[in-house]
Amino acid sequence: MAQTEKWIKSFEHFSKKITDEKSFLNELDSAIGDGDHGSNLTRGVAAVNEKLEQQSYDNLSDLFKDIGMVLVSKVGGASGPLYGSAFISMAKQSKESDDISSLLSSGLDGITKRGKAETGEKTMVDVWAPAVDALKEGTLDQSVIDSALESTKDMKATKGRASYLGDRSIGHIDPGAQSSAYFFESLLEAGVTDE
Amino acid sequence: MKKIINQPDQVVDDMLNGLAYAYDSLVRRVPDTTVIARTLDPSGKVGLVSGGGSGHEPSHAGFVGKGMLSAAVAGQVFTSPTPDQILEGIKAADEGQGVFLVIKNYTGDVMNFDMAKELAELEDIEVDSIVVDDDIAVEDSTFTAGRRGVAGTVFMHKILGAAAESGASLKDIKALAEQVNDNLYSIGLALSPATNPEVGKPGFELEDNEIEFGIGIHGEPGYSRENLKPSKELAEEFVSKLKKEVDWSAGDKFAVMVNGMGATPLMEQFVFMNDIRALLDDAEELDLVYRKVGDYMTAIDMAGVSLTLLKIEDVQWIDYLNAPVEVIGW
Repeated sequence: MAQTEKWIKSFEHFSKKITDEKSFLNELDSAIGDGDHGSNLTRGVAAVNEKLEQQSYDNLSDLFKDIGMVLVSKVGGASGPLYGSAFISMAKQSKESDDISSLLSSGLDGITKRGKAETGEKTMVDVWAPAVDALKEGTLDQSVIDSALESTKDMKATKGRASYLGDRSIGHIDPGAQSSAYFFESLLEAGVTDE
Repeated sequence: MKKIINQPDQVVDDMLNGLAYAYDSLVRRVPDTTVIARTLDPSGKVGLVSGGGSGHEPSHAGFVGKGMLSAAVAGQVFTSPTPDQILEGIKAADEGQGVFLVIKNYTGDVMNFDMAKELAELEDIEVDSIVVDDDIAVEDSTFTAGRRGVAGTVFMHKILGAAAESGASLKDIKALAEQVNDNLYSIGLALSPATNPEVGKPGFELEDNEIEFGIGIHGEPGYSRENLKPSKELAEEFVSKLKKEVDWSAGDKFAVMVNGMGATPLMEQFVFMNDIRALLDDAEELDLVYRKVGDYMTAIDMAGVSLTLLKIEDVQWIDYLNAPVEVIGW
């Protein structure tokens, strides 16, 4: 299967997970944010699916750019610019290389630049960074994703709305990390990571 | 959840249509956007744009009109508007002298407005901005996203709006905005939580007799939960917290706002203002030159109040606050 088809397949998995787990994501977000992470992302992936049905793609750059722009314009909040910036960075990088780890590494750059976040701050970066590292080593699997996700539970949030909770943010999985875990699981399931 | 709505995800759209219809002499909805712009003919002044998640009505569309905002951009409930929509707001406000953005300090708002600013610059519109961070309940440290932007933002709208109306340049407005922000202090409390129609249940829980000090306008947690007390004691808590923060002495001039969070009757807000008067005017002998009570920056159906103080550094600010406006919500 061509890379673009695998990525589209992967996005289908991602949007199904987000849509199915909308209430769960909202629930995670209620604990440390404002309870709408699932609703916002569901609106975004629905709009992306509509776009992907109308359009056909023969290169990754156009695909990523469209996904990124739709997410930026439909999701809102912080997640829209963060996921959107990831895809827009990947669109730029895909002109240089379609290597999975270099693509996702530039996606991670997009997120950290937009959100000015580092690892350990209880954000989506805490799933993206270890997942990208594992991809570089060729060792990304479900257990890497699971343990990265789980690690956000004990962290204290210092970025985003959850940071206002201080110590009270400890003990909760970060909702952005959870949706990012779905994103990487989808890549595995669609075989994007198989070389 | 008991609300006068249709489809929960249509609330913002329905609300904007109703608002634009009810006040069509003051504002219009820019077609196919979530932008409310004033109907006024352009007069070659700096445009003023604000916006944010919906649920804070009358913020911000209620402050669009002559003497305040040129346009307001509405996001989904409690969710920042997106860069493409903000860009439409900037375009609607642009009269050739640049556009100034008033942003509340929330991570999502700051990111989306920054992206919109980049887009506007690509279209050769000069844009500058202020990030309002008046909520003193939050520690301003590297361990948080910084102080939140809350009800003080409405004083910012009023002062900058009057300055823009009098012909101030983009550069002057930026300097004024920074000075106002440095002198703006707010603190809030909640008696009961807000329910986002898209979520369907309250954003947090409070016992019947419990209140939370330092709450944010989306129900972000405050600094302490206590049993409900008489208004006088609630006012004392606010004033003692503010006193630690604001450098004041007898005779200093302040503008003061008691703001309702959405489900608190004006009766209670006036009671609270009366207690604030006793503490700030009678006891501390501050000169409260401008006073305002009402729902300006709400949190859907949260019950509670916030108190905003603006230290008047320049007497012209009093004229700006008193200047006439033609808007829905001032």
